[in-house]
Amino acid sequence: MTNKELIIVGGGPAGLAAAYTAAQTGCHVLLIDRNPQMGGQLIKQTHKFFGSEKQFAKTRGLNIAKKLISDVETCSDRIEIICDATVVGLYADQVVNVLHNEKYYKYHFDALIIATGAGEKMLAFENNDLPGIYGAGAVQTLMNLYGVLPGQNIVMVGSGNIGLIVSYQLIQAGVHVKALLEAAPKIGGYKVHASKLRRLGVDILTQTTIQRAIGNGCVNQIETIELDDSWKPIKGTEKLIDVDAVCIAVGLSPLYQLLAMGGAELKYVPELGGMVPIVDGLHQTTINNIFVAGDVAGVEEASSAIVEGYLSGLAAAAKIGYQQPDYQKSIADYQQQLKNLRSGPFGAKIRAGLKKVEAKTNA
Amino acid sequence: MRIFKHPILDFPKKKVIHFQFDGVEFSGVEGDTIASALYANGIKKLSESVERHRARGLYCAIGNCSSCYMTVDHIPNIKTCVTPLSEGMIVESQIGKGVIR
Ligand SMILES: Cc1cc2nc3c(=O)[nH]c(=O)nc-3n(C[C@H](O)[C@H](O)[C@H](O)COP(=O)(O)OP(=O)(O)OC[C@H]3O[C@@H](n4cnc5c(N)ncnc54)[C@H](O)[C@@H]3O)c2cc1C
Repeated sequence: MTNKELIIVGGGPAGLAAAYTAAQTGCHVLLIDRNPQMGGQLIKQTHKFFGSEKQFAKTRGLNIAKKLISDVETCSDRIEIICDATVVGLYADQVVNVLHNEKYYKYHFDALIIATGAGEKMLAFENNDLPGIYGAGAVQTLMNLYGVLPGQNIVMVGSGNIGLIVSYQLIQAGVHVKALLEAAPKIGGYKVHASKLRRLGVDILTQTTIQRAIGNGCVNQIETIELDDSWKPIKGTEKLIDVDAVCIAVGLSPLYQLLAMGGAELKYVPELGGMVPIVDGLHQTTINNIFVAGDVAGVEEASSAIVEGYLSGLAAAAKIGYQQPDYQKSIADYQQQLKNLRSGPFGAKIRAGLKKVEAKTNA
Repeated sequence: MRIFKHPILDFPKKKVIHFQFDGVEFSGVEGDTIASALYANGIKKLSESVERHRARGLYCAIGNCSSCYMTVDHIPNIKTCVTPLSEGMIVESQIGKGVIR
């Protein structure tokens, strides 16, 4: 079995950022991603990011990915990259099991950073398993990565930023967005995105949800229903809409499975998207030398995933003996950046969620 | 359906890749996954659920959800949403859990 100083699982913004700061300290890194290319969710994001200048605001997601990847490439003597490789096991004796080209490989690590991101949530309604019903990430992948349209007439379910942004991307690709449904009385995402859609003539229906999908082998109609103030369906408000695709954008939930297998303490925190690990101020889990960064630690944004990556990369490297003279200062700076990103009304939910997972003793 | 015109992204013409789906000849392009090539050809049903035989299509497109399993070159349970398409592939709808030969 090969020994590696620091292994990072996941090459999204969090994993890439972590690899970079860790390598800067002299630490040797093995970065593993199950996709054929690095970049995580960013490589399909064609829109310009919101957030502050330091975290690449106003840059398109796919260009942020390029920048993070080229940063990592400047340290190629210390960062080894394996793509098309899935980490399928995490064991108590500091070993991960990796599936690559139909073979299993075992690596022992001194420190590990899990940055596996998040997966799409599903919504319960009749016939929700019909082909033509997709998660928002899937629609984005299909269009922006492979250049294939998910359908021609689509209804979007969910008005968070993802639902709003993907609706806009669908229109850019020439798809007719027939309606955007939101169960709550108010739009979930930023007003700027919603206004853009309204100007393009998209019907945004609040207090409305999808009740069932209709079709044989593929969705061709959906039935919507209005909800009252206590979220109960109002009989008689059912409407049929002809579609050939439905996009579900009701949020993401952290891919915590490796952490569960390794025995890290997890907690269900709805504000963060589901099961998340208990962490200390340096993003170390309850397992010694195992750190987390990005959406797996709580679903947020690429901006915070990047900063969490920088922070956990430094912290993990320091933990195994690569401490820089200005370590405390850099950590404090990253912690402050995270605080700034989470300030304001849109950060309230995240702040409440994170309070629930802070370990009592901060390292 | 493929996208040809896009305000931000370029989709240049790519090399054509031929494959078979349930005995019929189809084509995709370089860079496609098996599932993206099938969807570009308008095929949305990729498999059936194991017990009730309900149609299954693409859901997550990143290899998480297992909704796109098919038999490829006689190997069952291939995640077609993340497996690159290659020339001459034999892709089949999978019945049940598939058969390992
Ligand atoms: C439509 C949409 C719009 C968005 N817009 C914005 C925006 O404007 N601004 C913003 O800040 N954020 C935005 N985000 C959010 C942002 O994309 C995510 O928060 C960010 O990508 C999370 O980074 P990550 O590194 O934690 O995870 P990911 O980017 O998901 O990367 C995780 C990586 O881990 C790999 N992986 C997972 N499991 C394994 C395993 N077992 N073995 C090996 N590899 C594995 C995956 O293949 C993936 O590459 C948006 C998201 C979506 C879907």
